[in-house]
Amino acid sequence: MNTLTDRFRPLTGHRLFWPALVLVVMLAANTVYRPGFLSVEVKEGHLYGTPVDILRLSAPLILVALGMTLVIATGGIDLSVGSLCAISGAIACLHISEASDQNSLSTVFTALALAFGVALVLGAWNGLLVAVIGIQPIIATLILMVAGRGLAQLITEGQIITINSGPYRAIGLGHVLTLPLAIIIAVAAALLVAALTRRTALGLIVESVGGNAEASRLAGIRSGRIVFLVYVVSAACAAIAGFMMTANVSSADGNAAGLWIELDAILAVVIGGTSLAGGRFSLGGTILGALIIQTLTTTVYAMNIDPQTSLLFKAVVVIAVCLIQSPAFRARVSRRRGATTPRPTTRQPEKEQVSA
Amino acid sequence: MSSASSTTARAWRPSLARRHVPVLATLALLLVMYAVGVSQYRAFSNVQVVFNVFIDNGFLLVVAVGMTFVILTGGIDLSVGSVVAMTAMVSASLLQSGLPAALVLVVALLIGPTLGFLMGCAIHFFDIQPFIATLAGMFFARGMCTFISDASIPITDGFWTTMSQERIGDPRGNFVSISVLIALAVVLVAAYVLTYTRFGRNVYAVGGNSQSALLMGLPVGRTRIAVYTVSGLCSAIGGILLSFYTLSGAPLIAVGMELDVIAAVVIGGTVLTGGSGYVFGTVLGVLVLGVIQTLITFDGSLNSWWTRIVIGGLLFAFILLQRLIGIRFK
Amino acid sequence: MTGSRPVLTMTGISKTFPGVRALHDVDFRLFAGEVHALMGENGAGKSTLIKALTGVYEIDEGTITLDGEQVAFSGPMQAAAHGVSTVYQEVNLCPNLSVAENVFIGREPRRLGVIRWGETRRRARELLARLDLDIDVTALLGTYSLAVQQMVAIARAIDVRARVLILDEPTSSLDADEAAQLFRVMRQLRDEGLGILFVTHFLDQVYGIADRITVLRNGTLVGEYRTEELPQFSLVEKMIGKELDVLERLDEQPRRVVSSRADATALVDTAELGRKGAVAPFTLRIHAGEVVGLAGLLGSGRTEVARLLFGADRADHGQIRVDGGKAPLRNPVQAIDRGIGFCSENRRAEGIVPDLSVRENMMLAMQAARGWLRPIPRRRQDELVDRYVQALSIRPANPDLPVRNLSGGNQQKVLLARWLITEPRLLILDEPTRGIDVGAKAEIQKLVVELSDGGMAVLFISAELEEVLRLSHRVAVMRDRTMVAQLTNDDTLDADRVMRTIASGTHRKEVQR
Repeated sequence: MNTLTDRFRPLTGHRLFWPALVLVVMLAANTVYRPGFLSVEVKEGHLYGTPVDILRLSAPLILVALGMTLVIATGGIDLSVGSLCAISGAIACLHISEASDQNSLSTVFTALALAFGVALVLGAWNGLLVAVIGIQPIIATLILMVAGRGLAQLITEGQIITINSGPYRAIGLGHVLTLPLAIIIAVAAALLVAALTRRTALGLIVESVGGNAEASRLAGIRSGRIVFLVYVVSAACAAIAGFMMTANVSSADGNAAGLWIELDAILAVVIGGTSLAGGRFSLGGTILGALIIQTLTTTVYAMNIDPQTSLLFKAVVVIAVCLIQSPAFRARVSRRRGATTPRPTTRQPEKEQVSA
Repeated sequence: MSSASSTTARAWRPSLARRHVPVLATLALLLVMYAVGVSQYRAFSNVQVVFNVFIDNGFLLVVAVGMTFVILTGGIDLSVGSVVAMTAMVSASLLQSGLPAALVLVVALLIGPTLGFLMGCAIHFFDIQPFIATLAGMFFARGMCTFISDASIPITDGFWTTMSQERIGDPRGNFVSISVLIALAVVLVAAYVLTYTRFGRNVYAVGGNSQSALLMGLPVGRTRIAVYTVSGLCSAIGGILLSFYTLSGAPLIAVGMELDVIAAVVIGGTVLTGGSGYVFGTVLGVLVLGVIQTLITFDGSLNSWWTRIVIGGLLFAFILLQRLIGIRFK
Repeated sequence: MTGSRPVLTMTGISKTFPGVRALHDVDFRLFAGEVHALMGENGAGKSTLIKALTGVYEIDEGTITLDGEQVAFSGPMQAAAHGVSTVYQEVNLCPNLSVAENVFIGREPRRLGVIRWGETRRRARELLARLDLDIDVTALLGTYSLAVQQMVAIARAIDVRARVLILDEPTSSLDADEAAQLFRVMRQLRDEGLGILFVTHFLDQVYGIADRITVLRNGTLVGEYRTEELPQFSLVEKMIGKELDVLERLDEQPRRVVSSRADATALVDTAELGRKGAVAPFTLRIHAGEVVGLAGLLGSGRTEVARLLFGADRADHGQIRVDGGKAPLRNPVQAIDRGIGFCSENRRAEGIVPDLSVRENMMLAMQAARGWLRPIPRRRQDELVDRYVQALSIRPANPDLPVRNLSGGNQQKVLLARWLITEPRLLILDEPTRGIDVGAKAEIQKLVVELSDGGMAVLFISAELEEVLRLSHRVAVMRDRTMVAQLTNDDTLDADRVMRTIASGTHRKEVQR
């Protein structure tokens, strides 16, 4: 048995192993329950099927979670993303609804630019509070989380703004090259964030600041700028997610758009193996985490359970993932196991990551 | 001896007032808002307006008191809104199935503290951040709500309707509900516990510096678990008060309530990093939220979303105020 | 004054941590009515001994007796209950609670479970009066100075009918007046019959207050002495000891200062640079190619000097010039821009980023200087990393390993590499050889010599005099947060003379007794 575990250690030690396994198990369970689950077909030149749906529906969450990953890697947190989704969606829809020609590309692009700009300003506000004034991230972003909902409703004047704009709708429901546009946008954003962090030194510096802030300062890193930047990036991601959500339903509801997505995003990041304490982050893990959450939701839908009840499963997943990641919990478990098996508990997570 | 007096001189006297600045600011704000209301709207001066603020926010007050305990230790409890809803749901569903009111009360009052206790244990024993542990609690409780029923359950029980409709008032017709009295009782008990018991003082010590508290031999772990249990209990009481108020249990009621509660506690002068604050301040904070709502209702031209924006603005102002007067001990 | 029988005896105490023998067969005794100083350098075992006494650590061997009875405490709380109370260097109280509460929290006078605040305040006032402290006990502790907070901590400690009071570096953050006030209280408590175990790094304080001194070195007992029978020089010698020369490879003579350097513009030149509470104003010039050693005991202000020169702390006095031009170093970035690098003595907290790989840790300073938009090309990274992994023989030679998996010595080398890659003109090394094995130590020393031969200036901080003398052109001596002397490292300079300088000092007026 030892040789078996040894042989698989490089695999199980990879930090994406557990999230990937969970996703595979969930997909497998679904397939057993509903054999057609994994089938994908081409209809009118578009791909259709549950897997495609899962990908498409998880796109906004992936976007928000990407930004959140960077924020969390610096040791912070951004609670305001849900409100930002609502604000950006509301601004875009408001602008389009007031235009004479809702289908004009220029109108849509102006609307997107406007909303995106406002989101960047709000992200800068978060960054300012955290990096310059030095307020704890959870508190600083709580302000915009509360006030942002109000702002979004102010923009929509408490109404649900319905628009009829083909180009805008396409952000959520359109297809390009048989694939839903939302998926392509999410993939593009993921690649962009990956390039931003891994092709430049941003990722290294973010991980360094989150891993040891004082050592980073003494190495000459101006952490203030970096921290400021990640909140802006997070806001930008949230804005695009907001476009997608509102485009999906062709309407902006200041109250409901992006509700609780900050919690799902944080969850996705944590499931993906990025520690809430900051430091090493994994964009791939975050995407896996988002897919797990969406698969869970889709599964629950498919089983005809009330979507709200899926929160029960989510609670179980949160606790399980956090316990697995908690060193205190691992220590307790391995102590207990150590008592029964003679094998010394050499399962040190950091050592396993080496082989990754 | 001479140097002893020099030591006295070095002490920083204004501090005594300084730690009361946030609470005094909230009080001033409340008075100003009330004065604005009275000057603008004739009906605002009616005593019943004040009573209505209490009636409408009684359950919020109780939950905010529990949150004050948690925040005083430097933690946070996101589960309160869901636990309130879950308690109301459980009560409604048990009453519907015909259980006696007394038994339902006991069961409903046990669920919240149990969940709080479990979250506290996860936080203390497994070093899970309060934010995440209580997030899981929030998901769980909200999930339970729809698990019980995905539609609102009306309550027709005699005890509940009595509690809901009973008016306690003066001869001139001003009145409060029984819920208000219960809420005020919770406030008094909480204020007493925080000031006059070891547990209460330990709450402050843990929030001030948990490492020091540990070295001073205080039961840090027990205190931490206890505050989440207290918060769970307060949420349970809040849930019952809410079910008195609405005479139903609805799966999606009190969504986002945790934000209002946290805002009320912070506006009430409790420092989010822990260690400083009063239950009395929390009462003021809840009243501020209530009066904002009343003002906006009276105005008629302003819309409800201004409530959120104003709350956000106040949050910012008070957090900045806390920073400016330097209530940070870490 | 010292009674016939000690109130506390520790006999044959041994304690081993994985890989480290922290204490070996140490004896210690404390009499009622004495102040007993426990002295020793870093790693001597002072804090281990205290923790063994108060039950934080379980001892492997040995016995502890209190008033003739053998004891083994389960922790500081139980120790305090038996009359052995500890006051730590950092005030471990709650600044957000009142003074009275801090004295009594956890054991407030109660009636039926209700705290009696009047009684609490009255008793707190009484207790503080015993310490000559007349302050408002209802005010928050955080509003008082550190000295007062320290007194409150002592009040809390002596309330439990203490017989033994342990003061672990209580004076390190106090100014002279505050320390004097503390000493008055200590004398009074001593005269009341308390046995006080006192840990400090300030030699003058030891001679001002201690009746006896116990010296530890490398986890073993050097000896117990009556203060008046132990000259300061002997104390310093006993604390530092003579390191065995393990460095045959570096058998060259101490090198001389090139005389012409005196006129040349100094690379770094400080004029009365200082920071209140950290280090008294000092004037120091460092020239290119020069190794300046910084000698002194632990806590003498060595690290504080380094931090000021690197901008890690802001100076509040004097000025600093680089290449003759004024250069206010307000943060590390400004220092790095001017070609200064700094390896902190605190590797874990201020040096490595444990999660990052060896490569990333090495590239960090250079990358920070370039900004995040200009990443260092992978090829260049490989080149630099390989070169320094080779040059410093970092083991294991796998740059993708998380740096936390490396040994202390190799982590130190990674930090060195981080700075060498930036090609600094002045490299500040704070205890670069502490806690690492002999081989790595020799390699680092050799590297310092090579670097200075190549024109780099080095400020070399070490508690080991032999090492400082071997490498430095000049030696600046620190004592009690003051730079007391700068000695040219010529034939006449040896460890004895440095120790004498440390022991006697020249700025005695600066330090209050």
